[in-house]
Amino acid sequence: MGVIDAQNLKKTYGSITAVDGIGFSVKKGEVFGFLGPNGAGKTTTMKMIACVSPRTSGSLTILGMDPDSFPAMIKQRLGVVPQETNLDPDFTCYGNLFTYARYFDIPADTARKRAEELLEFVQLFEKRDVAVEKLSGGMKRRLILARALVNNPDLLILDEPTIGLDPQARHLIWEKLKTLQAQGNTIVLTTHYLDEASRLCDRLVIMDNGKILVEGAPADLVRDHVGHEIVEVEKSPEVTACLDEMQIPFEETGDTILVATESSREIARILLERCRPEKVLTRPATLEDVFLKLTGRKLRE
Amino acid sequence: MPHILSIPRVTRRAWMVWYRNLTVFTRTWQVNFFPPLVEALLYLFAIGLGIGSYIKEIGGVPYVNFIAPAILAIAVMNSAFFECTYGSYVRMYYQKSFDAMIATPLSIEDVIAGELLWGATRSVIYVVIMLPVLAVFGVISLPLSLLAIPVAFLGGLMFAGIAMCFTAITPSIDTLNYPSFLFITPMSLFSGTFFPLTLLPVLLQYLALALLPLTHLVAIMRMFTLPALSWSILPHITWIAAVTAVVCIVSINLMRKRLIV
Repeated sequence: MGVIDAQNLKKTYGSITAVDGIGFSVKKGEVFGFLGPNGAGKTTTMKMIACVSPRTSGSLTILGMDPDSFPAMIKQRLGVVPQETNLDPDFTCYGNLFTYARYFDIPADTARKRAEELLEFVQLFEKRDVAVEKLSGGMKRRLILARALVNNPDLLILDEPTIGLDPQARHLIWEKLKTLQAQGNTIVLTTHYLDEASRLCDRLVIMDNGKILVEGAPADLVRDHVGHEIVEVEKSPEVTACLDEMQIPFEETGDTILVATESSREIARILLERCRPEKVLTRPATLEDVFLKLTGRKLRE
Repeated sequence: MPHILSIPRVTRRAWMVWYRNLTVFTRTWQVNFFPPLVEALLYLFAIGLGIGSYIKEIGGVPYVNFIAPAILAIAVMNSAFFECTYGSYVRMYYQKSFDAMIATPLSIEDVIAGELLWGATRSVIYVVIMLPVLAVFGVISLPLSLLAIPVAFLGGLMFAGIAMCFTAITPSIDTLNYPSFLFITPMSLFSGTFFPLTLLPVLLQYLALALLPLTHLVAIMRMFTLPALSWSILPHITWIAAVTAVVCIVSINLMRKRLIV
């Protein structure tokens, strides 16, 4: 039995189906990612796991319990980092952590100690008595992460944990999540940043239109769906015709042609010898290639 | 799905939400304790002594003594109503505090119940601050007027519940002005507050008693402060208790409908 088990999980809002019969299982101690374009159903799934949005149908158990029947018992053991920053502006950094700890019925003494420890953990101790509105975006996200940890959760749910952060702040959050994972925490996260997903996730799913398209470890997904390497060539009619002629499959995006391959050297050599390209670039295949291949390049609104 | 009148499952965790609001309130107590003090004095001087110097007395009661219970009742109404409309709406919509709270073992029912209890508590705090002011001016009877304190809680809970129903259905913070100006303001004038209800045409008297919650609260407060206690307090208390139960239940169910999707 996993930390989360979902089967045929469905969520509809009126006539709109946000999550359309998905199934997945998250094991203890792993970092599990949900990827997908806007409107794929990631946040809705997070809300169902966090017991704040009831499912329409299907089965869902979290920590072995049904969220419809035991929401308070489940939530007692969850830590949630929401997409929207919802710190309490009426309190300082310390006050936010202390007050939040009290909602979990943590005794005042323990709550005080825990709040201090966590401020230290997310490197905000010197901001202890500062009002939250005075914090930068990165500091706010760190404080939210600290807040999600006040109850020593068995399962941490993060919806876009590093959204809108500068590289320094993102790296700090990643480092903290790695520490938590090393301590044996189970973490579920959604993200738009595919480098973040491949860096952090042991396993992930890519969702689109409320359905899961693929599931697997990041490296396996890249290997299975794209290959090892990518050759990028500047687009021109000659190159397109040339690739067609040699029956090399390729994909066009904007002014670039992408060729997925096991051997970029080979393809690059053929291209340079026969197709007279303007520019050729070879690089390893990434999760982003898998993502775009599966969900398409059309802009989502 | 739960019905609009189904009894919400509120746990003792509601008091944590109440405590959060109390903490914020007492931290800025200098700001919060001043207004009721000033409000009581303003009413006493402007209406009680100002207008009172022309009116002298109503039914054998000095005018300023006549309006003293209205000052208390209006304070109960305003403090709970504005706390659970604008105050709760800001916490719900702008601060996203309710979202943050329901990610913990607190349920939305606990959160809203805590807000209602807090609204009622604010009414009590206002009355507790105003009573000594009124006593110093000698316009209320003691010790009977101390009963205004528990009644402030009940009345406050009623207006908190009414307010929360509006908050649950309002499309934006601006539309909360409608109940404030079209319901609360007229009510503070036509509920037997500054002139006796009996001056109104009979039909309007019945309408006021049937539809304006403040009339009952003013009547009860007046029985304590004059003093003029009688058995007719029972129908007033019953009316308030019944309406309080209904609006609190409905407001929690409406809020769940709004926030849990």
